[in-house]
Amino acid sequence: MTDPGSINASEIATAVRNGHSAVETVDRCLDAIAARDDELHAFLHVDADAARAAAAAIDERVAAGDDPGALAGVPVALKDNLCVRGAPTTCGSRILEGWRPPYTATVVDRVLAAGAVPIGKTNLDEFAMGSSTENSAFGPTRNPHDPARVPGGSSGGSAAAIAAGFVPLALGSDTGGSIRQPASLCGVVGAKPTYGAVSRHGLIAFASSLDQIGPLAGDVGDAALLLDVISGHDPLDSTSIPDGIPSVSAVLDEGVEGIRVGVVSELTDAEGVQAEVGEAVESAAIALQKAGATVGPVSIPAAVHGLAAYYLIAPAEASSNLARYDGVRYGLRVDADDVATMNARTRASGFGAEVKRRIMLGTYALSAGYYDAYYGQAQRVRTLLIRDFESAYESFDVLLAPTSPTTAFELGAKTADPLAMYLSDVCTILANLAGHPAMSLPFGTGEGGLPIGVQVFAQPLREPEMFRTARVIEESAP
Amino acid sequence: MSAPGSKRRAEITAGDVEHVARLARLALTPDEVDRFTAQLASIFENADAVAALDLDDVPPTAHPLSLSNVFRADEPRPGLSRDEVLAAAPAAEEGWFRVPRILEEP
Repeated sequence: MTDPGSINASEIATAVRNGHSAVETVDRCLDAIAARDDELHAFLHVDADAARAAAAAIDERVAAGDDPGALAGVPVALKDNLCVRGAPTTCGSRILEGWRPPYTATVVDRVLAAGAVPIGKTNLDEFAMGSSTENSAFGPTRNPHDPARVPGGSSGGSAAAIAAGFVPLALGSDTGGSIRQPASLCGVVGAKPTYGAVSRHGLIAFASSLDQIGPLAGDVGDAALLLDVISGHDPLDSTSIPDGIPSVSAVLDEGVEGIRVGVVSELTDAEGVQAEVGEAVESAAIALQKAGATVGPVSIPAAVHGLAAYYLIAPAEASSNLARYDGVRYGLRVDADDVATMNARTRASGFGAEVKRRIMLGTYALSAGYYDAYYGQAQRVRTLLIRDFESAYESFDVLLAPTSPTTAFELGAKTADPLAMYLSDVCTILANLAGHPAMSLPFGTGEGGLPIGVQVFAQPLREPEMFRTARVIEESAP
Repeated sequence: MSAPGSKRRAEITAGDVEHVARLARLALTPDEVDRFTAQLASIFENADAVAALDLDDVPPTAHPLSLSNVFRADEPRPGLSRDEVLAAAPAAEEGWFRVPRILEEP
């Protein structure tokens, strides 16, 4: 474990539980960050002293004969939309600059209880709105595979931190693909669990019927390890599934014998999907077939309306959620003589262009006269989509598709055209609209050595089949 | 409900954008009004395909979970500390959030 690029969470946890120094592991991560994060900007805040102190406490517990847990001494990066009591939490926005939350997100408490060591907060598109991390108010993150290119978004900092070998594990959030698309562009593993599988208490809200927290990791096994730690019921989140989801680590190596894999035609053959990306999905399907799965094409007809429905529902919910940034209770205030002007100036000054655009889109879609034509119609499309998935799952256990239609694009390539940027999410948003689990994992590289990701979808609560499938794809990846 | 196609909205104008910005409490610059007028028009052109679908017999999905009425025991429990919360506010006074005038002078 001398190469920081090869750090693996389960190996670190095993070593630390056997007496290997957690402080040494943390120092290695901090050194890697110091060496390259000026260039990449994966992190918004790194608290080296706190990380070393937490690691030293883990070492003391091991020395005292205590078992710190499944993530003993494992450095974890946290997307900066997760609240940590007393620590800067910006959500990539000027409006929350300097704010320190008075409470800690449940997922953070869970990784701490498993012995993990939080290293810092990672960069993101402001309020998780974006597909490139270029919408961060604090400057973009760059892709470790080619710093002229974006890491994807909105969890671009978390994905880049793993791809650069800074940390073995990171937490992200996924509203329309914000874990899976950056995982794809950075060549790492990212999973969006079933809606309700992971508590969102302490996650700063974007679109509440779509948001879900999930793991990013260097391989499928580490992603499974982190998902098992963070999933489970939380009384502080009323959308938390009472019985949780089954363990994924326990079944990881059970293979795909007898599993029926459907390749989603609408996504694999869609306009705008790079040839090399479509070919990777076909190769992954062949690999699954060789491993004992049955493979066939499947159609999700409503998928063609998914993007338009998503870009009505997500902004509508965001416009409501972001009403709380009013300059009264926390964050930025730009003063004025009356409260309405104070609200409007504060929000104009504190929000960036993409956040304003989404608030405008959402407010328009919900405004009198348009509510049913736009928001109501989008919710009906959501029903159609769920029905299409249900019908696909009568014949198949998991579905296969590209994650992102393209490999990583250059910084600035899509910033002038919001619709072109939104198309980055065309293959991922379906899982959020349906509430189903989906994950991305690397499958070879394309032109310029850029990583290609393939995506596995499963039915609600069927993360075990999804991870088993991903594991087999990973083993046969070029 | 009306037939598909009749749900199409009128063209988005700068006046619409200014109205929506007032509803959303966003003080936009004239440049932003121009830019958002063009961008909203192009994005909603895309959304019109959804608006035009005949889905009158399809129920809406507001939420992917079938959970409803999640209750907890109604027992007192500690909340956030008032002082800590007010310390994060832009302005506070005597245990309250302080804001500029809301009502006009009589």
